[in-house]
Amino acid sequence: MSKTTPATPDASVGDQDLGAAGSQLSTAPTESLSVPALGVVGWARWFWRQLTSMRVALLLLLLVALGAIPGSLIPQSGTDATKVADFVKNNPTLGDVYDKLGLFHVYSSVWFSAIYILLFVSLVGCIVPRTWQFVGQLRSRPPGAPKRLTRLPAYTTWRTAAEPEQVREAALALLRKRRFRAHLAGDNVAGEKGYVREVGNLAFHIALIVLLTAFAWGQLFKSEGNKLVVEGDGFSNTLTQYDDFKSGNLFDTGDLVPLSFRLNKFTGTYETNGPNKGTPRLYQAAITYSEGAYGKGRKTLVKVNEPLEIGDAKVYLTAHGYAPLITVRDGKGNVVFRDAVALLPLDSNVTSTGVIKVLDGYQNAKGVSEQLGISAFFLPTYTKGSETASTFPALNNPVLNLTPYHGDLGVDSGIPQSVYQLDKSHVKDFKDAKGQELRENLKPGQTMKLPNGAGSVTYEGTKQWANFQVVQQPASGWALAGALTAIFGLAASLFIQRRRVWVRAVRGADGTTVVEMAGLGRSESAKLPEELGELAGVLYDQAPGVPDRDAAPDEPPDAQRPAQSPVADPALEPSTEPTTPDPQVVPAERPEK
Amino acid sequence: MTLAAATELATATNEHLANISNTLIYSAMAVYTLAFFAYIAEWLLGSRSKVGRTAAALTADAKAKAQAKAQGKAPAVTVNQGGSTAVLERPQVVVRSAAGSRDVPDGPGAHGGDAQGDLYGRIAISLTVLAFLIELGGVVARAASVERAPWGNMYEFNITFSTVAVAVYLGLLALKKNVRWLGLFLITTVLLDLGLAVTVLYTASDQLVPALHSYWLYIHVSTAIFCGAVFYVGAVATILYLFKDSYENKIASGGTPGRFANSVLDRLPASASLDKFAYRVNAAVFPLWTFTIIAGAIWAGDAWGRYWGWDPKETWSFITWVAYACYLHARATAGWKGRKAAYLAMVAFGCWLFNYYGVNIFVSGKHSYAGV
Ligand code: HEM
Repeated sequence: MSKTTPATPDASVGDQDLGAAGSQLSTAPTESLSVPALGVVGWARWFWRQLTSMRVALLLLLLVALGAIPGSLIPQSGTDATKVADFVKNNPTLGDVYDKLGLFHVYSSVWFSAIYILLFVSLVGCIVPRTWQFVGQLRSRPPGAPKRLTRLPAYTTWRTAAEPEQVREAALALLRKRRFRAHLAGDNVAGEKGYVREVGNLAFHIALIVLLTAFAWGQLFKSEGNKLVVEGDGFSNTLTQYDDFKSGNLFDTGDLVPLSFRLNKFTGTYETNGPNKGTPRLYQAAITYSEGAYGKGRKTLVKVNEPLEIGDAKVYLTAHGYAPLITVRDGKGNVVFRDAVALLPLDSNVTSTGVIKVLDGYQNAKGVSEQLGISAFFLPTYTKGSETASTFPALNNPVLNLTPYHGDLGVDSGIPQSVYQLDKSHVKDFKDAKGQELRENLKPGQTMKLPNGAGSVTYEGTKQWANFQVVQQPASGWALAGALTAIFGLAASLFIQRRRVWVRAVRGADGTTVVEMAGLGRSESAKLPEELGELAGVLYDQAPGVPDRDAAPDEPPDAQRPAQSPVADPALEPSTEPTTPDPQVVPAERPEK
Repeated sequence: MTLAAATELATATNEHLANISNTLIYSAMAVYTLAFFAYIAEWLLGSRSKVGRTAAALTADAKAKAQAKAQGKAPAVTVNQGGSTAVLERPQVVVRSAAGSRDVPDGPGAHGGDAQGDLYGRIAISLTVLAFLIELGGVVARAASVERAPWGNMYEFNITFSTVAVAVYLGLLALKKNVRWLGLFLITTVLLDLGLAVTVLYTASDQLVPALHSYWLYIHVSTAIFCGAVFYVGAVATILYLFKDSYENKIASGGTPGRFANSVLDRLPASASLDKFAYRVNAAVFPLWTFTIIAGAIWAGDAWGRYWGWDPKETWSFITWVAYACYLHARATAGWKGRKAAYLAMVAFGCWLFNYYGVNIFVSGKHSYAGV
């Protein structure tokens, strides 16, 4: 037992005199703070024993909980990098300190990893010996009865005319029938039940290891890419097709699941009235997809909570917006550009912006090759009086505001450029008749003329786009299996009692047989006395009590107990009454709640 | 035209139902208030009794008894086992409590054995049942008005939560568990919870955003609410345990507690019983809480493309889970039992509370359904 003094002595195993019978009712490691033997090996062993003790497991668990807190309160670069940047800008000194401490990426920081790796090691170091110990317990038999059964948490006795052997045999049969592991141990029968508790507990802790490993595996081999697809367009799963792509440290591009799909139609519906007008109700993308490089096309719907699963890959619908279909003609009337241009939403009513870039093929009125960049501002629902923001997310009254520029868009300069932004350093605007910067509102079907025969821009109509996130996270199945096992293991470990029951039958001084029964559980519980009472009831039928001839009950010699009475309360004292006792149980606890 | 009319009609029905729901919630609050006064009356009348059981059990002559007991005698508490009509005559099982543990009988409950107090206690329970039914009606009407499960925002979460907490209490009562002492504490917080709901958190009926359209919503959120209610019951028992334990300690070390402490704490169950009750309650829901988190992870996997992403809500659920695991471990670790474990249980419940109120209100994350 522990060398430290527990605040309240251990419930069931506290009695030193229970000896082997009271031990091993759990596989919990014993606590020891003893000073290590000298030498490296001694220290290493001491350290290992500390690491795998319950006390340290408890501390590490507490540390994991504490360590997780800052990550939930301080912005994390993994989830919201812009917030982190803002934070650093607003609090430079604090930001610096946080950065040094890894507080902007707590869950991948050195110290957090150190805690959970220690916990992991502790867990393994705890499980292995416990498993062996448990296997040993399964292979050996439950220990025989301790000397003084009266010391146990639940106890009962009576005298019977049946022979001791008979009683023991009946007890053995009874216990076995009740699925106790029971055997004859000298003058008593020893039985134990509830091993599933230990199995559950070990299963739970092993499942935690599986879960943690699967999670780590998933993080290392994870990949996650985004692709914006306009209605009618397609995507095939290769690295170059992604708009952006993130992956775990051990991910290899060869791991990408071969798949491709085409977005046929995106549908979004919205609350049309009431206080939540405009709240999205349904988003769905109708796609045709194929597995493998040359798979057959199949149609399906991808919704917000319903990703498409192909092998290890899941395709999620994560965002949507509008893509006006634009046609640009040059001065001679030749079509130089015709495409749906995806615009990025700015607010929940899908007010959007973007740029139409005409890079080659355009010649201005003088026949000189130029590039066109047209700033686009789009309101799916334009309402008079609200010129700068859409008033509803659906396409109720779309208006496209265009501001064209001509010159050099700078895309060939080698500096990567966003398709949604216009580099205005080498372009000039067009002037309208009044000499003002040309900008115009178009409705679908309308055309905007560029001045002096420089061509025209037509807003043909509106397509929608959907953003798809393709995620591969291997070992999720293992994580789920681990999690489910953990639940069942936990339930078994928490709801099943492991307990021992002993039945001793010996011939008393007066020639009758004295039967003693006692039970011991891992913790005090009302169930144990109840169960013992029930067992005793059954056994009592087979070995009925006989009246007490002399008032003093005979019992096996017990030095510490006053020979007079086994029972403190006079009300319970067997006296003139026959020993057929009341059908009563004195519960372990106070009256049950 | 007809479609618009139908929509309007449906909207009107829903508004009507929402109004009914609000009326029911207010009525439930009124009845809970009556129940609250009845519980108060029970405690007040109960204070007339001067039993002093705890003190009696822990004073000198009781010590002698304990001494005798330690020599292998049995304690004197006997109770008829349920169904003592059994034909079998059973030998008597004698129970010995753990070495070193105090042998303090449970208090008689709030009424303190006073018949009138008991009557008020019964009235209080009847009123609680009534208020519970009305509140349940309110929750159901709310669900009908929004045509979905009533837990899309914090207002709905709060009214459902208190309904479930009361249901847990009444359920334990129905199972004949000794939990009447919980009544006053529970109803007080239920009133606070509802007050908060109808004032600060109120949100008009509203549909869910697409991310909340999933059957995992039903599974994940309903178990979360249930776990919260049970953890709450466990936390009340833990607090009372801490009080009762200090009270017993004081008496055992020869001190005299104040009159108020004497009157109130003496009527509560023994600290050992409260401790055990709290442990059972917490241990019993811990697997369900584990399941809640897993269900949430599965849902997150479907909705957000990853099953775990350290979102604040996820993080705090995890912290809560680890804190309760600490508590369960502490109970198996020598030197951490009793009060220390109880403090851990309080911390764990604190984490749960923060996860619910704190994270919803102060921290922004993907779980932005608070509606406040
Ligand atoms: C990863 C974190 C861990 C979690 C979440 C966890 C959780 C739990 C839970 C919920 C129980 C059930 C408690 C009960 O039976 O009342 C338990 C029991 C137990 N745990 Fe852990 N545990 C963790 C790590 C560890 C470690 C590192 C050790 C090694 C010392 C350990 C050793 C034990 C033992 C020995 C028991 C059984 C106690 C007994 O039989 O009385 N656990 N654990």
